[in-house]
This record gives sequence, structure tokens and C-alpha cells, in this order.
Amino acid sequence: MRRLTEFWRRYRRNVLAVLAFGVLLVVAAMAVFADLLYPQGPWEMVTRPFLWPGDRSQHLLGSDMLGRDVMAGIVHGSRVSLLIGVVATAVAFIIGTLVGATAGYFRGWVDDVLMRFTEIFQTIPPFMFLIVLVAIFKPSVTTITLAIGIVSWPTLARLVRSEFLTLRERDFVQAGFVIGMSNTRIILTQILPNALPPVIVTSSVIVATAIINESALSFLGLGDPNLMSWGTMIGAGRQVLRNAWYLTALPGIAILLTVLALNIAGDGLNDALNPRLKSG
Amino acid sequence: MSGVAPPLLEVRALETRFSTEAGLVHAVDGLSFSVNKGDSLALVGESGCGKSVTALSILRLVPDPPGRVAGGEILFEGYDLLKLSRRDMRRIRGGEMSMIFQDPMTSLNPVLTIGDQISEAIRTHESVSRRSAWRRCVELLELVRIPDPHRRVHDYPHRLSGGMRQRAMIAMAVACAPKLLIADEPTTALDVTIQAQVLGLLDRLKRELGMTVLLITHDLGVVAEWANRVVVMYAGNKVEEGRVDELFAQPLHPYTQGLLGAIPQAGRVHYTNARLHEISGTVPNLIDPPARCRFAERCAKAIDICHREYPAPFRPAAGREVSCFVAERDLA
Amino acid sequence: MMSYIARRLLQAVPAVFGIIIINFFVLHLAPGDAADVLAGEAGAANEAYMKQLRETFGLDQPLYVQLYEYVANILQLNLGYSFRHNMAVADLIAERLPATLWLMLSAVFLAVGLGILLGVTSARFVNTIVDRIASVLALLCYSTPVFWIGLMMIVLFSVELGWLPSGGFETIGADFTGLDRVLDVLWHTLMPALALSLFYLAVYARLMRASMLEVYRLDFVTTAHAKGLSPARVAFKHVLRNALLPVVTMAGLHLGGMLGGAVVVEVVFSWPGIGRLAFDAIFQRDFNLVLSILVLSSVLVIVINLAVDLLYAWLDPRIEIR
Repeated sequence: MRRLTEFWRRYRRNVLAVLAFGVLLVVAAMAVFADLLYPQGPWEMVTRPFLWPGDRSQHLLGSDMLGRDVMAGIVHGSRVSLLIGVVATAVAFIIGTLVGATAGYFRGWVDDVLMRFTEIFQTIPPFMFLIVLVAIFKPSVTTITLAIGIVSWPTLARLVRSEFLTLRERDFVQAGFVIGMSNTRIILTQILPNALPPVIVTSSVIVATAIINESALSFLGLGDPNLMSWGTMIGAGRQVLRNAWYLTALPGIAILLTVLALNIAGDGLNDALNPRLKSG
Repeated sequence: MSGVAPPLLEVRALETRFSTEAGLVHAVDGLSFSVNKGDSLALVGESGCGKSVTALSILRLVPDPPGRVAGGEILFEGYDLLKLSRRDMRRIRGGEMSMIFQDPMTSLNPVLTIGDQISEAIRTHESVSRRSAWRRCVELLELVRIPDPHRRVHDYPHRLSGGMRQRAMIAMAVACAPKLLIADEPTTALDVTIQAQVLGLLDRLKRELGMTVLLITHDLGVVAEWANRVVVMYAGNKVEEGRVDELFAQPLHPYTQGLLGAIPQAGRVHYTNARLHEISGTVPNLIDPPARCRFAERCAKAIDICHREYPAPFRPAAGREVSCFVAERDLA
Repeated sequence: MMSYIARRLLQAVPAVFGIIIINFFVLHLAPGDAADVLAGEAGAANEAYMKQLRETFGLDQPLYVQLYEYVANILQLNLGYSFRHNMAVADLIAERLPATLWLMLSAVFLAVGLGILLGVTSARFVNTIVDRIASVLALLCYSTPVFWIGLMMIVLFSVELGWLPSGGFETIGADFTGLDRVLDVLWHTLMPALALSLFYLAVYARLMRASMLEVYRLDFVTTAHAKGLSPARVAFKHVLRNALLPVVTMAGLHLGGMLGGAVVVEVVFSWPGIGRLAFDAIFQRDFNLVLSILVLSSVLVIVINLAVDLLYAWLDPRIEIR
């Protein structure tokens, strides 16, 4: 608890980062309370089509070509973005930590083999790989999440590996060897907790990338057909771009704000977790 | 000697400060000294005493921010460098006055050839063709005794050994035959055998090119061997000044005595241990330094007044100076 | 130099094998018969094609034989035939590749050029309002989805202002020749290349700023000033070139990512490259074509990385290529 207050005290110094945290809270609240705010769901046709934002006060952001409320779409879309963003990052985190920790801890040929493997994954253009995976396995929340996780893990694996390589030489870890702790125990109790800060910072950027990737998939028509996502809305809006560009602009602004907030919060986390590294 | 002729360089009450998160550091605090034409003056002190900052201040190369020359005058041939325009100052740098640095490994640009870097210095100050600048480079490399100069001009710094790099640095510094050469710890990063060679080279160039040299060092062995005059600095200030033979024979300031690790006796002082002698205690904090003798806390001889007041410079003889209440009392 | 290239290419062999093998497993883990996946649902009607696919890739053989056949075929650039396009897949890709390479080259040029400009400006005016504005700009570019900014550019520059064409590689039916054609292509390239470059521009601007500030602290910069050089000369001759090194490394690492971005940009701007080809193939369920594009793109990334390493060695003489 004291560490948490100390952390918050340092994080608070960056005004922009606090603002970003606020934006993320709002997005999270939208995702949690979507059903309360718009119980009829995002697909319901509630008014006449092509209402521009501000035309009617009960549909603040206007309506699309089928008379669906744009605000309802954005609120419900936040669920898909956040859910896929966070879970895909968790998948990447699990794979990346397993591979990176094993390579960095055991070194030698294990390290060589695993890093070669990681390099191969890094060579395949990630977004191309992503659309191929999703297309072959049929788009659904599960396949999209797993696929994003699969293309995102190499960055984390490399980071975790380099952290493990340096941490394993430190005195407190060496002490663990001396008193005969098991490998698993050393990894879990000695090294991993100390390797986490930079990994957390990078994870916030990976969530941001995952959200962009999900929206790009949905935009291309490779999203989960049963869910309203910000990318889906942009893809649909594109058909009427010339006459009703707000249908493309608004969900895009939602993505931009969320991703921007995640990136700024990531910078803030970095400064708060590594106060030494702060530079001009 | 040159008592009548004006000094080549005269530093008067120089103050250089750095703003840090902890506060304003008075790195150089009211330093005055002068360098006469033909001098080999050594500026000596422990690391952090402000000697390198003094050198950077003279060339107006103190990184700003955080650093700033806050006061004083730096007269070079009678002109105050601190009042020159940036353009005129650039003409001085590398032309009339140049500098060599401590670490030849990092002081040369790794992505440019030796020839590029030396000819750049020439062409900045003289309007000569590329070809003749390049020819001069080869001659300069010959002058500093770099073997095979025709090939070496095309080499990148990483191909040269530390000693060779420092020779190349020196060639670059003397390219435009400067009147004053400031050498900031030029041998500290080098092996002992190479050190002697580089010092010998500096000596020879000084004579051949008629330069005046200001040598900055912490190594008293280098001072004894190489300089004719010496200024001892402590915590941003001059504590003692004199001819090398006089100062080594009879150090007046307790700090100098501590550095030499010897008690002054009648006759010769033997400084077998040329390295800085360890003096107990730590260098005082230069953030808001106290208005009293800065060495008082570490000084075995300190008397009451040392803890209250700042000692004014005392001149027992021409060209000899000490700032110490105890020394002044003993000499009076 | 040649032996270095040869050695590097040799080192790339396991990676190429790895990529092909990953492709193979993706194909086999997919629901249904691999031939179904390859032929696509719609293509399944064509029995002759199915049979040909089974034979080419040995799909009725045990798995290891299939793997061997698959690798052997791809290594011989025997990528099969696309009935959709009525062309050999290898030829089809060769026909579309130049447009993608041109788009990426333009985007790299813009990203590196503008990124360096922005980063150098930030570093020059560090901690001033100019630096703040540049940082915010970079952060915005960094966070913007490429397809969305592409669409917004079309709205602004094509629909509202009518300045730039909304898509395509050149004006269809105009039959420009010589310089007119070059200008026409450039005109069409501007928006897609800019859209594709924005994210990378932001990365390079941030990297360049940090790198410039870092290099300015190094000793040889003081040496350069001590020689009496003007600040501009110090910045351009001494600092810039050293500060560029990390940007070049990064740009090399980003090319794979940029290929992915190219898919989206090509769809938005109807650009006739391999990204668009892959996208269309997915919806026509022509997976053989899709996977071939994926393999070749990966190989392309390897080759470009080698080129970037050579460029890096040229920029940094400390790296000796032997």
C-alpha cells in the first residue's frame, strides 16, 4: 500500500499522464455500463438515418445510414476494443514471459533456440500474419484475441529475456542459488517481480497497438460479425464517406483518444517506475 | 622577465555557475590568474575543483544551460572574451586559442576521418583549397610524429591507438598555429610510457611554434616535469601560485603541502610520491559556499579566523601568491 | 563485402525455412482439409483445381511428406496457380510488388525525412514551446490508426478541397507518358505515402530528438565547437550523422510492420499492390495466394534488413564488414 501511494505521488507529477488516466477511466466506465446506458444495444434503429451530430439532443453524436445511434455504437464498441486489447495483451504477456524467462534464465542453447524462434516470428510482417490467421480461423472474438496475442509476444519475450539476463547476475538472485532454491522458485520469487516494471510499461503500449490492430481488422471486414466495434463503424462509414464523413470521424476519434491515453499513461508509468531514467 | 609586457591571457574574478536540481553550484568562484607569453602554466587541483570548468569558460564552451559564466573578465591580448560577439569568439576558437581534451577516445568524431577533422579546423579559419588543407593535414601528422601520415589521414579514429589519437587531437589543435593552447588533462587517459611521449611532444611544439600552453592536470609529477609556473586550485578558487621550483621547494598553503605529502624543510623537498597525496575529509559543497576559508575544515593548522573569514591573497614575493591566514602570519 | 552478404544470406536460410514451416502449420491447423483451405470454399466447386492442389502439395501423403513437398515447392517459387486471376501466383505477385515497394519507399522517405526534421527541431529548441508542440504532434501521429487518418485525408483533400486524387496509382485512361506520367504517379502517391508514414514519422521524431540530445553531450561535439565551427556546421556535420544511427536501425526493424500498414493503406486508397491483392484474395478465399504473399513478404523483410545493415555499416565506420 505504501508503495502504491508512493507510486501515485510520482505519477501525479505528470499532469498529462493524470489526464490520460482519466480518459482511460471514462472509456472503462463506458465499457462496464454500456448495457445500462444503451440497453437497446448498438444495432437498434432508433431514429431517422443520417442525423448529423448536434441535430437532436437525444442522439448527441447523430445517427448512421440505418438510423442507429452513433453514441450507442461508440459506447458498446469500447467493450470490444478494451476486452480484446487487454486480453490479447495478456496472451502476449503469457507467451512472451514464458519464452523470454526461459531463454534469459537458462541461457546457452535454450536461449539460442528460443531467440531464433522469436526472430522468425518477428520477421513475418505482423499485421499480414494477423489477417491471414483471422481469415483462416474465421473471425470471432476468440480467434481475433488469440491472433493479436500471437503476433504481439516477440517484443515482450525479448524484453523479459534481457531483464532476466541482467537480473540473474545480481547478488540477491545468486544468494538464492547458494541457499539451494529451486529454479522455479528463483524465477517466480526473485527475478520475475523485479523484471516486471519495464514489462508493465511496454504492455500498456501493446494494449494500444492491439486496439489499433483490432479496429483495423474490423475495418477490413475481419471483425467479429456479431459485435459492434469502432473499426466496424469506420468500415461502414467509409461507404458514405463523401456525404456523411462524421460516421467515419467519430469512432476514429474514440480510437485515437483511447490509444493516445494509453501511450501517455505508458510514458507516465515509465517515469514513475524508473525515476532515475528521466531525461530532459 | 615579462613583468612589463601585458599577459597573453588574464582571468579576473571569474565566476562560473551551474544550476542543478539541488541548487546553484559555484564551480568557479572569483578565480584570477594570468598567463604570460611563452609560459607553461599548470593549473592543478583535485577533480571537481573547477579547473576544467575554468578552461571551458575561457573558450566560452560551458554548456549553457545548465552552466553560465556569471561574472569576471577574461582578457586575451587585452580584449575581454566574454564581451566578444559569438562570431568573433568562433574566430578565436581553434584559431588564436585552441584546446585538447582528456579522453582521445571520445574527443574525436567516430564517423569522420582524421583528415576530415583536421582539415575542417584549417578551412574554418583560413581560406585554402581542399587539396592544400589536406596537404597540411599530412604535414601536421608528420609534425606530431604519427607514422605513415599519408595513410593515416584517411583513417577513422577507431583505427588509431589512444596515444596516436591524442597526437591527432594535438595536430588538430595546433593546425592554425594558435597563440595559446589549453590542454585539459591531456595524458590522464593514456599509459604511463605514452604520457611521457605526449608531454615531450607538447614541449617540442611549444618551442617550435612559439605557443603558450595552459596545462590542466591533477598530476603533480606532470607539473614538476613540465611546467614553469603553477596555480593551485581548491574548491573553485586559487589557493596558491608561484614558479614551479619555488612552490615545490616551499609550498606555503596547507593544502599544497598536503598535496605534496611533505612537510617543508630547509632545502629540497622530496616528492617521491608524485600522485596527489590523500588529504582526509571531503571537498566542501559548492552549493552556496561559505564566506570563509574553504579548506578550513580539512586543515590541520586552521585557526579561529579561518572559520570566520575569507583569506585575501597575500604576495610574499613577485609572482608568488598564497591565500591563507596561517601562511600569512608565519611569513609576516 | 560479398562474402559478408553471402554469409548473411546463408544465416537467413533457417529463418526462411522457419517461416515456411509456420505457414505450413497454420494451413494444417485451420479447420477442414488443407486443400479446402487452399482452394477456398467458393473454389471448392472446381474439382480439377482441387485435384491439382492435392497433387502439387502432396496432400494425400503423410504429414512429413507434405511438409517436404510444401517447402520444396515454395523454394522453387512453384507457388501454384490462381484461378481467380487466371495467372501463376508467382507472376501475379511479381506484377503487383513494384507498386507496394514504391509506396513503402515513398513512405520511408517521408517518415525518415520529416521525422528527422521534427526531431532535430525539437532537440534544437528543447524544453521550449516549439519542443512541446512537436512532441504533442508526434504523440498524435503515433496514436492515430493509419486507415482512419487515410480516410480523413480523403475527406479533406479530395472531397472537400479537391486537391488530391482519392485513390489509385495513376489517372486511369489518361495515358500520360514521360514526365507527365511520373508527376501523375507522384500526385497519386502523396496521400497514401503520407498516411502510411505518419506512425513511423512520429517514432523517428521522438528517437531523433533523444538521439540528438544524447550526441550533443558527447565530447567530440565540444571538440568541434573548440575548433571554432558554427553551430549549424556542428549540428549538421558532427551531430546529425551520429544521431542518425539509431534511426536507421529502427527504420530497418519497422519494415515488416510497414508492410502490414501497406495492406490497410492499399485498401483505403485502392492502391494496386500486394497488400490489396492479399486483401482481395482473403475475401475470395484464395488462401494459396494469401500464404504465398505472406511468405514472400517475410523473405522481403529479410532481404531489406540485410540492405539496412549494409547502409548502417556505411554510415558507421566502426562497424567493419568482412
